[in-house]
Parts: sequence; structure tokens; C-alpha cells
Amino acid sequence: MTSAQLPLESPPATPPPSGHHNHPEKWEWYHYFLYNVDHKVIGIQYLVTAFFFYLVAGLMALFMRAELATPNPDVLDPNVYNTLLTNHGTMMIFFWVVPAAIGGFGNYLVPLMIGAKDMAFPNLNAIAFWLNPIAGIFIGISFYFGGAQAGWTSYPPLSLVTNNLGQSFWILTLITVGTSSILGALNFLVTIYKLKIPDMRWDELPLFCWAMVATSLLALFSTPVLAIGLILLFFDINFGTGFFRPEMGGDVVVYQHLFWFYSHPAVYLMILPIFGVMSEIVSTHSRKPIFGYKAIAYSSLAICLVGLVVWVHHMFTSGTPAWMRMFFSIATLIVAVPTGVKVFSWVATLWGGKIRLVTPLLFAVGLLAMFVFGGLSGVTLGTPAFDLHAHDTYYVVGHFHYVLFGGSVFGLYGAIYHWFPKITGHMYNETLGRIHFGLTFIGTNLTFLPMHNLGLAGMPRRVALYDPQFEDLNKLCTYGSMILGVSILPFLINMIWSWGWGEPAPRNPWRALTLEWQTTSPPAIENFDEDPIVWAGPYDYGIDTQSFEEEELSVDEMLAEVGQEMK
Amino acid sequence: MAKKKETIPSSLLTLTIGIAVAAFSVWYGQNNHLLPEQLSSQAPLVDDLFNIMLCIATALFLLVEGTIIYTLIRFRHRPGDETDGEYIEGNFSLEVFWTAIPTFIVIVLGIYGVQVYNQMGGFDTVGQVAHHHHQHQVQLASLPADESNPMLLAERPEYGVGATPVEGLTPPDLEVDVLGMQYAWIFTYPSLGITSGELHVPMGQDIKLNITAQDVLHAFWLPQFRLKQDAIPGQPTQLRFVATKSGHYPIVCAELCGAYHGGMRSEIVVHEPDEFVTWISENQVAQNPDLEQAVALRTDGDRLQDYTTQMGLDATTVQAALKQP
Ligand SMILES: [Cu+2]
Repeated sequence: MTSAQLPLESPPATPPPSGHHNHPEKWEWYHYFLYNVDHKVIGIQYLVTAFFFYLVAGLMALFMRAELATPNPDVLDPNVYNTLLTNHGTMMIFFWVVPAAIGGFGNYLVPLMIGAKDMAFPNLNAIAFWLNPIAGIFIGISFYFGGAQAGWTSYPPLSLVTNNLGQSFWILTLITVGTSSILGALNFLVTIYKLKIPDMRWDELPLFCWAMVATSLLALFSTPVLAIGLILLFFDINFGTGFFRPEMGGDVVVYQHLFWFYSHPAVYLMILPIFGVMSEIVSTHSRKPIFGYKAIAYSSLAICLVGLVVWVHHMFTSGTPAWMRMFFSIATLIVAVPTGVKVFSWVATLWGGKIRLVTPLLFAVGLLAMFVFGGLSGVTLGTPAFDLHAHDTYYVVGHFHYVLFGGSVFGLYGAIYHWFPKITGHMYNETLGRIHFGLTFIGTNLTFLPMHNLGLAGMPRRVALYDPQFEDLNKLCTYGSMILGVSILPFLINMIWSWGWGEPAPRNPWRALTLEWQTTSPPAIENFDEDPIVWAGPYDYGIDTQSFEEEELSVDEMLAEVGQEMK
Repeated sequence: MAKKKETIPSSLLTLTIGIAVAAFSVWYGQNNHLLPEQLSSQAPLVDDLFNIMLCIATALFLLVEGTIIYTLIRFRHRPGDETDGEYIEGNFSLEVFWTAIPTFIVIVLGIYGVQVYNQMGGFDTVGQVAHHHHQHQVQLASLPADESNPMLLAERPEYGVGATPVEGLTPPDLEVDVLGMQYAWIFTYPSLGITSGELHVPMGQDIKLNITAQDVLHAFWLPQFRLKQDAIPGQPTQLRFVATKSGHYPIVCAELCGAYHGGMRSEIVVHEPDEFVTWISENQVAQNPDLEQAVALRTDGDRLQDYTTQMGLDATTVQAALKQP
């Protein structure tokens, strides 16, 4: 696996003065508000911007839950309710999970993990980020004019006849973030392919990078199709065309195909990078090699490929011929296999480890627990016969929140805690982190579990008013959402306080093996003061227990030895 | 890898847990009470499928979650222990096993799901009936269906749930035209000359709904019948079913259709056959269907009445909608 005795670590904290470059020693706070081509600055810009939108979209959800606490539409105007439900979805997907996972962690980690100084196209990278604030302005304008109200799916004809101005700016918003996503995807593929240090074999590439390869391929293939659908919709609204106007011979179902051809893969855009994060966190904090490296890497690619041909399962009740319902049902069910492989591999990684129940691992395990549930309910929805009943009900709402909140958002939290020491150079507070996890885990299950019962019993989604028989369970969901609202507080306090005043973090507080932990915390401007060295595979934990007679040393011994040499 | 065996509990314990999980899963699959009453001939098929999926899902859920919890406790880090876990990179046969088992499960589920879908009438849409038309010309020619349902001859693709294999090529006993509009369902009985804001059907008869939408997408959902089909402007869709029990049940719009989408409700009234005849005669007496009442009747309770006016629904809009082709 590895040969020992390679120098890797210079003493923590101060970087050697030899590393002189043309830019400042370190970035000042205002650099983070300006155009900057450093992938780490861009990563942080993505993360912080995305988190801001997460708070906004979360607040929208709390207002919706307040409305749904009682059967009557008595809290919000029904138009406002529809604005909230549309923009909650839009922002959570396009302004939070996608930019935070791909733009944020992808940018911050990929160059560090492959030992590069920066992304392949730093300027393109910065442009891709700055498209996001522009999109934010667009959605703000859309909101000012009353907002889009036709759901994040924006199916015509409803999207053609409802609040045209708000809808038009919503379309501009999505095209802008879509462009950003295409530019980013291209950059990741070229970066990983060209800038990986030659010492690193392809089967030593961290699994997060493999996940980013799959994610980027998917984004490149599918995003343009969404753009096409939205541009046609924009023309229909503003320029009198009739692509989706039935009275002019248009076809409303074609829009649904164009939309879901992107938007189903978008689900994988939101979860594949998180799967990558999972592999890093689970292996590091259970101190065990990842179980089935190749299976995990290939299953990402398998999900990426099969994920391109499952979109019609969102349209089983629409204008969909029977053969399509059959084909896409089988394809959908097959996605469960590579996903299951990942889940089993992570459980097997935990099995036999020395599991440290630190906050990142708690979130990773929480993700695992809830993703299993969301995945199983997803399989049930893959059969058209059952989907005819469950489609567009709260069962679906419960299902995708288990996958996207219990999955993606838990993964993002886990990633934030895991790389917080690296990004900020400070340790976070473990107690606050655990409280945050506890509240989030309870809140998530209380909010989203009863939704399954509601949907099966007959409550449709996207309603501001509902039958009184559903009131009790809805109250439960609303209480859960309040816990989720409160759960944000320990997180915010922890982040702000730790970033400013937290205990300084060493280079490698987790004794992890991927390359980003070889540099200082936070890393120097061009990442590595000395060229990083691949002296072990990314998950080669536990080599000490295996090779008593061989020359190989344990991670600790190597670290200690190298530390000695440097002194 | 050899060491791994020590950590696996004794086979007896595993067997006991396995039997307990299996027993609970089978029981929960059959006794979950998650779905509402069964009102159509298709509902038991869907529910059987759901119950089996739930049974498998429960077993997998318990096994995986149980393993996770056990692992977290059994392999938690002990203070002072700074060594790493065992160096295990994988286990080929184990990986093959957990790839093969889910593959097998989803393939079986997929085949079973398609079969259920076929039994529900998913594949026998009108287009296919028309396809077989020539072979059964005599049979069909004698039926009035040719006139009342031009679709039969037009070979237009039609979406939804059609005749079940049992019903075969027989035309439905009753056809109802369903029109979705913001925010009401209008039901027209072409053969009876009745228009109504509620759907009245006789029990035990083969009903076919021809569904369209006037303005935006709606979805016609009968939760107790386990049937749902979008109402699409410009593209006719259908649902075909046999109601198996009399009573009043909700009709729900399941596709976001505007501000009062949540208020777009109606009722399906399943009559005993003789009751249905009474209903027909009562409603045919009034030559002009009382549309004001149709609108008033469209909700299943007074609770929603206040919103009816806000929604901008009155007899004129309904009349205008019905005049459209
Ligand atoms: Cu509707």
C-alpha cells in the first residue's frame, strides 16, 4: 500500500518564509468580498453565500409550516403561500445545496486533495461564482414583483398565466445559476484530469474527487436541457410564442420532459458530492480504510449514467405512454443498487473501526440512518402502480426531504464540521456541535416522518388548506419544523464564535491521510509550501495492525518520525 | 479478513434476530393501516404491492439501522486507545452478495410492479383496443361505443389507466367527461344529458372517465380508488375503474393549479345501482342543469364555501367553460 519514511510535515502554524509569491501573505477579510481567483476564497464565498440563502429559504419553510398548523389558510395569502413554496424549493436546491456542495466544498477541496495550487481555470471559477450573486439579485427582483408562484417545477400552462414578471425573473435566475454550474463542472473535470499530482494513482484519488467527476459529468450533460426548456418558457411568456400553449398547438408535456431531464439528475447533483463527503468522514473518524474503494467510485459513475434515464418517473401520472411508465420504472429501481452498495460499504467501513463520535461523524451516521429510509421510500415510488396513488402527495414531500435534508443537508453539516479546522484554522466547539446534531436529528424526523402517513391517507402536496382530519399530524410536522428552526442557533453561535475565538487548529487534527491535511490550517495562498507527497493511500488507516513483520509503520509512527526529522 | 469472523455474533443469535426481523416485517407489511379504504377493483392490487414493498423495506430498514446502532456501540472509540481499526479494504464475496441481493429484489419488484400495473389496466389504453379492432370487428360493430367514443377509431394515443385485461375489449358501462378548471371539477354525462359538480357512479359497473383540463394542469385523484391521472389541456386522458362499495368519497386535485389549489375538491358518490337510476331521473328532470348548484356542490363541506367566491367561480364561468370544445 505504502512505503514509509517520507518527509511530509513541517512544524505547524508558521509557514516558512521562503515561500514568496506576488500576492499578499494571507487574505484579509475584505478579499472575501471581492473578485478573487483563489479557489479557497471562492469556496468560502460559495459556502457563506449559500448559507445565507439557506437561512432565507428555511425561514420560508417556517412560514409555510405555520400556515399548515391549521387546516384553514389563515396565516398567509394563498398567493404568498405559493410564492414561498416555489422559492423555498428553488433556493434550497439552486442557492444552497448545489452551490454549497459543488461550488463550496468542490472548489475548496478538489485542488487541495489532488495536490494542485488552484483550479485549472481560476478566472472561469471566479466568474462562475459571481454569477450566483447576480442570480440572487434576479430572484430578489422576482420576489419584489410577487415572485414565481407555479412551484419550482413551473409547469406550463400555470407558469404562463401566473405573475408573468415574477416568473420571468425566476427563469433568468435559473439560467444564470445553470450557466454557473456548467462552467464549474467543466473546470472540475479539467482540474482533476490535468492537475492531479503525478504521484497519485487514479485509484488513490480521494473518493470525494471521484464523486465530483460523476457530478460534473452529470451537470454538463443535463443542465443545458433545462436551459432549453426555460428559454422556451421565457419566449412563451414574453414574446408570444406557443411552444407550451395548448391553444396554439403547443405541448405542455414536452416541457415536463425537458425539465425533468435536468431536474432528476439535479437530485444526484445534490447527493453525489455528499456521498463523496461521506466516504471521507466515515473512513477518517472510524480509523479504518474505506470498505470497497472501487465499488464506491464506480457506483458514483453508475448512478451518474443510470440517473440520466430515469426522469419520467416524475411523470407517471402525466401524459406518459404505458411503455415509458414501464421502462422508466425499471431504470429507477435499478438506481437503488449502486446506492445500496454505497450504504453497505459505509456500514462495513464503520464495522470494526475505532469510531470517534465527533460531530462530523454524528452527522454522517445521521445521514446514513435517514438516507436508508428515504431510499427505501424512493423504491416504492419507482413502481408506477403505487406511484399513481402517492404521486404529488405529502408522501413524496416526506420522501425527498429524507433524501435531501436528511441526506444532503446532513452531509453539508458534516462537511462543515469536518473541514472547519482546515478552512478557518480554528477548532469548533464539540458540545455545541453535538447539541446541534441532536436537535437537527430529532427535528428532521419529527417534521418529515408524519408526512408519509399524511400523503398515503390522502393529503396532496402544495396546498395551503387541507382537510381537518389531517390536522393532528400536520401540527406534529410544524412542531418539528420549530425544532429545526431552533437547531440553527447552536450552529450559528458555534461557527461565529469558533471562527473568531476558537482554539487554534493544528494541520491535521483528525490525523487524516488526504493531502489537504498536509498543509497548514488554513492553507497558504498557493496551498502547499512544499510539494505534497503521496506517502499513503487516502484511506490507508490501520496499516500498523496488519504488518508486524513488514517494514511498514503506523500512521502515528510516521507522523511522529517526520515530526522529529523536521525538528 | 479472517479476524472479521470473531466480531460476528454467534450464528444462533443471528438466526434469532433474523427470524424476529422477518416476523415483524411480515406482520407490519400486512397490518400497517397506512392506506385509506379500498373502493376500486384496482385498490387491492396496489395495496398488495405496497404491503409487500413495505414488508421488504421494513426488514432492510431494521437490519441496516440495527447494524448501524450495534456498530456505533460495539466499535466506539475507547479513551486512551490511539490505534486504528483493522486494515480491511474490502471483501469481494461480501460485495458481490450485497450487490446481487438488491439487484434481485428490485428486478422481482420491477416485474411484479409492471404486472400489477398491467392488471390495473395500465397497458390496455384505448389506443390498443383500437389496434385490436379489426380482429373483433363484429363484436365491436354492434356496440354503440363507436359513436359515443370516437377515440376508439381515431387511434389517438391516450394516457391513463384503461380497461383491465379482465374487461378486455368490452366498452365501459358508463362514460363521464371530466373537465378540470380553476378550481372545480365539472362532470358531464354525454349519454344521460346531465352535468354535475359531483361525480355520481353506480357501484359494480365499469366506469370510464374522459379527463381534460380547460386552463392549467390539474390532477384527478381518487385516494380511496388508488387512481390518479393528470388533466392536461389539449391532451385527453382517461381513468377506468369499477367502484366496489357505496358511499361518499373525496376527489382531490393533486397538481398545483393556482392559489386555491388546496380548495379544489369534489366528491365521488357511489350509488347502489337502483339508487343511481333515481339520481339519473331526478337530474334529468331539470332540463337545464343547475350550474349554480353544481358550483355549490363542488365542495364536500361548508368550510370551503367562503373560498368559492374568492376563487372567482360562478355559474357564468362554468357555463363558459362548458361551451368550449
Ligand atoms: Cu386543480
